[in-house]
Order: sequence, then structure tokens, then C-alpha cells
Amino acid sequence: MQKRKLVMIGNGMAGVRTIEELVKIAPDAFDITIFGKEPYPNYNRIQLSTILQGEMSFSDIIMNDWDWYESNHIQLYAGDQVVRVDTKEKIVYSESGRAVPYDELIFATGSLPLMLPIPGINKQGVIGFRDIHDCEMMMQAAKQYKKAAVIGAGLLGLEAASGLVHLGMDVHVVHLFGHIMEKQLDETAARLLQRELEAQGMNFLLEKETVEILGDDRVTGLRFKDGSEIAADFVVMAAGIVPNVKLAKESGLFVNRGIVVNDYLETSVPNVYAVGECAEHREIVYGLVAPLYEQAQVLAKRLVGMVEKGYEGSIVGTQLKVSGIDLFSAGEIYEAYETKAIKVHNELDGVYKKVLIRDGRIVGIVLYGDTSDSTRLFRMMQQKQDVSSLTDIAFLKEGGAKEEDVAMMADEELVCGCNGVTKGTIVQAIQQGASTVEQVGGCTNAGRSCGRCKPLIAKILEHTLGDAFAGQAQKETLCSCTDLNRDEVVAEIQAKGLTTVKEVMHVLGWKNEEGCSKCRPALNYYLGVIYPEYRDDRDSRLVNEKMHANIQKDGTYSVVPRMYGGVTTPEDLRRIADVAEKYRVPLVKLTGGQRIALFGIKKEDLPNVWADLGMLSGYAYGKTLRTVKTCVGATFCRYGTQDSMQLGIELEKRFERLDTPHKVKMGVSACPRNCAEAGVKDVGIVGVDGGWEIYVGGNGGTDLRAADLLCTVKTAEEVFEIVGAYLQYYRETAKYLERTSKWLERVGLSHVKEVVADEEKRTALNERLQRTLVRYEDPWRKVLEDEPLRQHYYTKRSIPVSVKED
Amino acid sequence: MQQTVTRVFVAKYSELPERIGQAVKVGEEEIALFRLTNGDVRAIENKSPHPKGGVLSEGLVSGEYVFCPLYDWKISLIDGNVQPPDEGKVKTYAVEVDGDDVYLLL
Repeated sequence: MQKRKLVMIGNGMAGVRTIEELVKIAPDAFDITIFGKEPYPNYNRIQLSTILQGEMSFSDIIMNDWDWYESNHIQLYAGDQVVRVDTKEKIVYSESGRAVPYDELIFATGSLPLMLPIPGINKQGVIGFRDIHDCEMMMQAAKQYKKAAVIGAGLLGLEAASGLVHLGMDVHVVHLFGHIMEKQLDETAARLLQRELEAQGMNFLLEKETVEILGDDRVTGLRFKDGSEIAADFVVMAAGIVPNVKLAKESGLFVNRGIVVNDYLETSVPNVYAVGECAEHREIVYGLVAPLYEQAQVLAKRLVGMVEKGYEGSIVGTQLKVSGIDLFSAGEIYEAYETKAIKVHNELDGVYKKVLIRDGRIVGIVLYGDTSDSTRLFRMMQQKQDVSSLTDIAFLKEGGAKEEDVAMMADEELVCGCNGVTKGTIVQAIQQGASTVEQVGGCTNAGRSCGRCKPLIAKILEHTLGDAFAGQAQKETLCSCTDLNRDEVVAEIQAKGLTTVKEVMHVLGWKNEEGCSKCRPALNYYLGVIYPEYRDDRDSRLVNEKMHANIQKDGTYSVVPRMYGGVTTPEDLRRIADVAEKYRVPLVKLTGGQRIALFGIKKEDLPNVWADLGMLSGYAYGKTLRTVKTCVGATFCRYGTQDSMQLGIELEKRFERLDTPHKVKMGVSACPRNCAEAGVKDVGIVGVDGGWEIYVGGNGGTDLRAADLLCTVKTAEEVFEIVGAYLQYYRETAKYLERTSKWLERVGLSHVKEVVADEEKRTALNERLQRTLVRYEDPWRKVLEDEPLRQHYYTKRSIPVSVKED
Repeated sequence: MQQTVTRVFVAKYSELPERIGQAVKVGEEEIALFRLTNGDVRAIENKSPHPKGGVLSEGLVSGEYVFCPLYDWKISLIDGNVQPPDEGKVKTYAVEVDGDDVYLLL
């Protein structure tokens, strides 16, 4: 099928979310091109203020890194702006001269800060607060200048002001109205907030209309309508935002305040859509992330033609992201003739709560100082629940009752409003193994936008994993010898510095003093991961790994020598043949991993067989890297684009012998025809023109599973680095005997992608891996060199007696 | 009918490694010897009671039990009983340790 060409103008949160949804439901339907004005991948614009407040760095707020675009085959032109759209010929033209044709076009141009049309607006030192560049300007300014003025005490203005205070500036917030955040807060809540912000170092000038920005080239101050002035050498305009519709207007789209769209996000021009802050739906332009994400989902479905229900608008809630401030508001703020209010105002604790009710339904919520009820109330409001019988207020409630809240929450109750994640979904993720807020986010997306729900997720985690939940979620202990689970055991080993299997069992109170066939190998493995220089406890390994051969049901063993990448030589083949004859090997068979197995060898013959072979152990018996299956590749194959054999051999040489939670199989193919079946390997590499695709989590065994694309890289060196980090992360976080396929589903592909994409983490993982790899040596050779070892494990006594019977 | 007990020398105690089974062939019977952590020596038939069979001498030893290396059944070295949920019994042999000599009583 011919792919349709999709072009998106804008690389922000709503637009990229649309693409995320799209590639999820129809990964191959479109050739996607994105133009972004800013020279960055998609980042979390809502979190810009946290950078100013010093809580996060820029890399923390990246939502889709460069690899994400690459691995989803999205052409991103970052730093290149679209300047013209020809909707007749269906071509977009960019500033740098690119001309890209489209079948479908999305406007996701977002919004711009509203720059008030007052004299002096163009002076140096006057900026908006909208993107990373603005953030950088503010941080720069804070180094040189001292006196800042922020015009506008709305959400954005206060977040900017808080950031500037944090940066050490003397900040005045100028506001046109009588109280701050007048769109979200009533006067009582606003006064409480103002007092708190003043305590943090902000100054407020209310009911001041700025009429002129003073100064020559650079701003020196502001003049207000009442004639008064203040000094300022840095001004942030935060009077509001306006949809960025200039290009849409020029392109002939119908524009009111925003680009007008219907319930399917279609504009007035066929095949052209708009989503996000630039779009106007039923006369509303949304500026908050939750409704924009709802739009994104609808648009993605519309693009692939699977829309049942259109977008019907959203009710939105707001919160302020300033540290130390707990605030929530939604719907109507001010009392009207026909509304009735329930208010609680606790001046002692600085808590104010107001719920507005009309016809028995909640129509507005303002919470300040304690927002623990926000989810519940907001849901009642959204669902238009009849609350006329619920109007009791818990007055002077018992403290510490908050724990209950999580338990009381219904499964369908929304926890993360931005991403539409319910409590039930989160609990499910936790039961499947997510044990941190980040892991929950990794598999559900919860908490990955504004982050406000993270404390609630933490509470759900605490509640779900705590004792109270034990009845429903059976704890998965290591084995019946202990009540501890994998994570607890690992934590105890680290905390107490335990170094041997015996010591672990002893100190942690094992019920069976010498453990069992489940915990002993597991403990031996965990110790080996925690301590790179760990000395292996051979007797805690099960028979195959202890003997370095596969036991067969008749008590004989099979021997599989190493054949890197499935490539052999006449010399090796000759030796294998000689050994097979000499020891009368009953079966010689090619294995699934492209090598040769000798079956039916007696235990006591093993060392001699190994000596005669003179080859290395192929570890066909181990929880380790088995083989790297390769195709012939570019060396001989006319389709091959890459040298798959060489890469496979090198991978096998680098990672052989490494202990892993379960066996690891790899495959390297030189083209997407994939003769080495990389799509069902734990790690599968597929050569494409100019690079390699790295697939992970495939399984061709019990749990048949197609591998997922982890990323695409250019060089073999990058393959080693990514695969190394991936393996080490698997080693450090998987449960013993958990295959990569299960593990990947448990921790989440996107989480793993983030980990290996993070250069710092990747380097650290590879360092730990390298330190571990040096401890290994070929086990067969070791047996041959070590006489006592041979005596110990590979002898058999035969006593020629006849039992006399009378 | 009377059966004579035959005392067969099978190993030097000092040469038996702890917690590692030794397969010993006595006549036609293959027997697995285990020296336990508590010092005792136990002997059982070297054949798993699992329908598919297999040796027991290569199993992991814990206390007075051995785990079948092929099917992971837990088997008592004292009475040969397979532990639940699995079922079965392995033949056991009496052992006598005399100085450094280990005898089986057949």
C-alpha cells in the first residue's frame, strides 16, 4: 500500500501527541514530516517554569527525544519554519527553502504570548514567556539585572515570576485586576495565594494598567495609567496567549480567534486539520494540556478513518506549578444568582475550599491549600453527578484520614487528567511489576505531562504494595524459603553488604537453611550482578550450568562448542568429526542457533571431549548469551546492505559468558528480509541502508512475541553501546528467570528507550557491564587446567562387586 | 529364607565432597551418595522416580533433600519420599561409616 504523506506544522505537545497516537494505531499508514520552529525535539512546555525554579533541567523535560523521531521514521525539521502553504497543490514551503508535498496537513502551531500594543514593547529586555529561548533569556538576564517586572498575574505570569524570584531577582508582578488569577480564583483564594507568594518574595501591584515601557534602547521601567512608575530593567509579558494563526489565515483557512475546527478537527479546507492551542472548537480555544490531548486522540483516529465519536469539548481544571502552593480550580469561579456555594475557610491552616452548585450539580471548584479532594470533585463535576444529597461538610475531620482516600477511590476514577489514566490502570501496572512512580509513568503515561498527579501515584503505589493490599495482590516471594521478594532481597543484600549465598540465607532468616533449587541459583545470580567481582558459587547452580553441558534424560550430556555467528572452518569441522568418531557420539545435530551439538556424551568423558575439540564452550546450557544467529549479509548476498556476519561475531565475542536472568538469543540480519529471524530474538539487529535497527524483546519460544524497535543507529560501535546498556539494564532490573520479552512488557518499552537514550545512564550501564565481563574465562579450559575441579565434578566410581544372595 | 547383609566399601569419607552427589556403580545398580552439611552420608538409587527417569546424583542438595536435576522434584534423602505436590519414592540404602571408610549395606 502506498503510504500517505502527512505533514505537520509545529512540533509541540498537542501535535506530537497526535503523531504518537497515530503511530500507535497505524504505524505504517503515513510518511510523516514535522516542521518545528524551535531547534529542539518535543519538550514539555508546561514544565518550563520548573526549569526556572531550578527543579529540573532541560533534558528532564524532553518528551520525545531525537531517537523517537528516528525510530518512528518521522522526518523532523527542527529549527525550520513553514512560511507558506499551497492548499491547492498541497505543498508546504519552509523558510530554508524546503518544499514538501502532503496528502494530509496538520496545523499545530500553538500560541504566542500576547504582547500588549503599548509604546516601548520592542525595547531590549522585554520578552514573553513561552519557550526554551525565553527561559534562557530569563536565566541570562538574572545574571546581569536585578529588577524584574512581570505584566500579568495569571497562571503563566505567576510561574514566570516565581522562577525569577528563584533566580535571585527583585520581582514586581503588575496586574490589571483587583486580585490575581482572576480567571481561576475568587477573591478569597486569590488573597491567600498572594500572601503566600509575597512570603516567597514576590511583590504585587494590583489594578495597574501599563501604558508605556520606559527607557532608550533597553527598558528602564514601566509607567501606569494612574501616572505612577516603577523601575525595571527586565520585563516579562505574561498578559495572556493568543493562538498562532498567521500562517493559517494566509493559507486561506477560516480563522476566528483560533483556526476554526469541527468535532473531527477538520478546518474549512479539505485535508487540513488543526489541533492544540491554535484551534478553536465550538468557540473555545483551549490552553491546557488535557483537552488538547483529547483532541490529539480524536484527530489521530480521524486520520486513519476510525472515528466513531468526535471531540465534544472539555471541562478543564487548572493548577499552579509553584513550589509550596497547592491550588486547583475548575469551571465557574464566581457565585451567581442561581448558584449555591459550599465553602470551607480554615484560616489556621490556610485552607480554602469552595464548590459551586447549580441545580444539584457541581459547576465550579476552587481549592486552595489542600487539593486532595480535587480528583473526586472534578469527576463529580465532569459526570454531572447529582450531589443534592451529598452536601455535608466534614467539619474538623480527623487528621491522617488521607490514606483512606486512595483506598476509597474507584478504579475508573481519573488520576492523571492530562493523559486520561485511571486508578484501575495504575493499579494494574503496579500489579504487573511497576514499583516506582517513573515505572508507572513508563507503562501508563500517567504523570508524564504536568506531573501534578505524581504524589497521588506514589500514594497508590504505597497503598497497592503495602500490607493492606496483600489479600488481593499476592506477593511474589523469591521462593517458599523466604517471605521476601526479589526487590527486597536485592535491597537487603546491598544494605547489609552480604556477599555469599550462604550469608544471604543465614542473615535474612531463610526457612530452609540451605535454600532450594529456586532461590539458590537466583541469589547466586543477584550477587553476581551487585558485585562485578563476585566469585561464583558453582554449587548453587543447577546441573547444566554446574557441569557446563546439557544433561539429557539418560544422564549423558550434550556438548556444543562456540561457533561465533554460526561461521565455522573446515578445520573445526574436521575436529568435531574426529571427536564424534573417537567417543562414538550417538547423535551429531545442527542446532537452531547455527552450530553443532554432540549428544550422548558420558559425564566422565566431558573433559576429554573438550580437550580434543580444543574449542570454547558455546554455553548452550546457560542463562547467558547463547548464540548470535547471522545471515550471510553483504559479503555474498545480493540483497545484503550490511556485514551482518562480522557484527554478529563481534557481538558474540563481546557479550559471551555474561550471566543474565535468563537465556539471551541474538540475531543479525543484513536486510529487512531478516533471514536471521532477528524479529523473534531477545536482541535482533537488522541492517538497513546506512545503519542498523535494534529490536528487543522478541521471543520465538514459549511466549511467542515479535520484537519491538528500540532504536536505529548508524555504526556498529553504536550497536555495541546500545546493546550493552540494554543487556546491563535487563540484568539489573529483571527477576531471575524472567526472559527479556516478559521483562520488557513489565517495565515498558518507552521506559527502556528512555534509559538507553540517556547518555549518562548508558555510559554508566556499559561501565558496570565491562567491569563484570572481565571476571569470566572459558569454563571448559578451566576444567582442563584444574585437576581438583575435574576430580570434584567429573568422576564416576565403579565398584565391581557382586551381591551375594543365599 | 534369610538374606545376608552385604557390606560393600564404596568410598573414602574424606574424599566425598559436601553437597555434591557421587554416582557409584555397585554391580548392576547405580547408587547416588551424598555427604550432607551435617556430616551424614546418605545413599539412594540414582534414578529419579519421575516417569521419564533421569539421574539424581547431579541434583542440588539442601539439608536432607535433593532436587531432581531434570524435573525439579524434591526428594528426601532420609526415606526416599518425593515431597508434595509430586508423588513417588526412591529406593534408599543403609550407610555405615567406619573411620574413613564408607560402606553400603546391601
